[in-house]
Amino acid sequence: MKIHNTRGGRIFDAANYVFLSLIGIITLLPFIYVIAGSFANEAEITRRAFFVWPEQFTLSAYEYIFSTPAFIRALVTTVLVTLVGTLIQLVLTVTMAYPLAKKNLRGRKLIMSLVVFAMVFSGGMIPTFLLVKDLGLLNTYWALILPAAINPFSLIIIKNFFQELPAELEESAKMDGATEIGILWRILLPLSKPVLATFALFYAVGIWNDFMSPLLYLSDNNMWTLQMYLRQVTAASDLLGTGNVDPSYIPPEQGIKFAVIVVATLPILIFYPFLQKHFAKGMLIGSVKG
Amino acid sequence: MTAPVVEAKAPGRAASKPPAPARRRGFAVHFAHYKWLYLLLLPGVLYFAIFRYGPMYGVSIAFKDYVPFLGVNGSPWVGFTNFTDFFANPDFPRLLGNTLILAFLNLGIAFPLTIVLALLLNEVRLSVLKRTVQTLVYIPHFLSWTIVASLSFLLFALDIGPLFQFVNLLFGTNVDILSDPNWFRPLIVLQEIWKNTGWGTIIFLAALATVDQDQYEAAIIDGAGRFRRVWHITLPGIRSTIIVMLILAIGQMLNTGFEQIYLMTNALNRSVADVFDTYVYFVGITQGAYSYSTAVGLFKSLVGIVLIFGTNWLSKRFNQSGLF
Repeated sequence: MKIHNTRGGRIFDAANYVFLSLIGIITLLPFIYVIAGSFANEAEITRRAFFVWPEQFTLSAYEYIFSTPAFIRALVTTVLVTLVGTLIQLVLTVTMAYPLAKKNLRGRKLIMSLVVFAMVFSGGMIPTFLLVKDLGLLNTYWALILPAAINPFSLIIIKNFFQELPAELEESAKMDGATEIGILWRILLPLSKPVLATFALFYAVGIWNDFMSPLLYLSDNNMWTLQMYLRQVTAASDLLGTGNVDPSYIPPEQGIKFAVIVVATLPILIFYPFLQKHFAKGMLIGSVKG
Repeated sequence: MTAPVVEAKAPGRAASKPPAPARRRGFAVHFAHYKWLYLLLLPGVLYFAIFRYGPMYGVSIAFKDYVPFLGVNGSPWVGFTNFTDFFANPDFPRLLGNTLILAFLNLGIAFPLTIVLALLLNEVRLSVLKRTVQTLVYIPHFLSWTIVASLSFLLFALDIGPLFQFVNLLFGTNVDILSDPNWFRPLIVLQEIWKNTGWGTIIFLAALATVDQDQYEAAIIDGAGRFRRVWHITLPGIRSTIIVMLILAIGQMLNTGFEQIYLMTNALNRSVADVFDTYVYFVGITQGAYSYSTAVGLFKSLVGIVLIFGTNWLSKRFNQSGLF
């Protein structure tokens, strides 16, 4: 596109570029402050209003949290639940998406409309809680994995992806005597690696970030995930009356809060570039065909 | 009933298409032929039956007096008592007000900001800058509300938080922003803007990419400036996307986001912080009023459905595109 560069247009461009750069920096500033604060000592955090680089570099906050059994337990728990949960959710989604991608499978339309209906209507918090309770899943990690095991959006996008793969691939495999499961495992999955990696990351982020499920389903402090731990550490005295705080609880120093936030955020920031590569595309497929 | 119809049609089809043996015979044969596919389908179907449709059945306790040891089926029916109790409860007008105010603030501030940001990004021709800004503003979407709330607690920490000092300096005050009821709503909207404005631009940027480029050239020849081009070409070009997103946003109005509100609620700001979502939690989970809180949740969902269909109807009536 060719656009006449008038004087006004150039001024607008300059202003727009400066403004958008500022927006980008402002988005990032809280992270920079928290990372800097996690390496600063208590006196500096209290004294300096805002900083992006600590005057005195210290690891004491990290040394403290990594010597706290409750933090280690929450971290290990969250990593394990995220890994196992992502695997279970991805397997369930893929195994359901594959048959639904077969146009001649009977009952497929009925199941698809029930899936779409479940996207619009849900039972809500209390009936889901009672179901989890009746199934005996309270205070088990299954409660963090199973109730949201298949995301209908992801299911539909993966199903559409399978449908768009050339049919000849499957037909030639069938000629060679491959079963349906063999086709899925040996032909479709290797072709779908990037798509599956994206949805695995989405599921992982979902479990890692989940606060509501552990709040609802885990009453035992020893089972808490990182988000619950983070909540307790950072909210401290601010949340009188909203439950879940031990009365004998002593508010931690500021530096420790900074360090816990960094640890809870880091995995997301590390995996973000991989996520970003695919999500825009994935979202668009979903919105066009959803 | 359907089997004979399929058989009657089958010969005609077989003539034009390669033979499909499973189709011509009954369902049992079809099932046997595709048994592996049905086996693969089973876990997913069970998941939807149990964890998606199970709770939908459980919604029936909104019309019952749920007694845990009697279960969902055994508990006695009470009709609309739970609903009338809720509407008569003095909490109701307060919850409705708090929920609606937050909804309108988000709709009136966060929603237009998303479109403005998308328009500004769309005007950028320096692709490095565009990509960098996009990368940065999408990040907060992937962070949990726990992290957003924790960041807020640190940034607005009493006396020492950088934003606490900045805001109080700006307004010449000395209030604890985190617990002052007057600051609760601005804080919630601010968090929403920081977390989701960038992410929300994706759908508008995609729509903007489809606007016919020839129109711009024609407008330039006619002497239209930058703002006139945006007003007369760009905005009309993405009107249908804006309307669809608006209908969806209005349908979600009463869903204030449980996690965000819960995390920012404290003893001092309860008067403005309590919304339907957190009320359901406090009354249902912590106080055990299961039937009553389910009724509150159901009322909220039904209003959401009415809103989405209502907006869609209005949109069509005024000759705009709708969702359905």
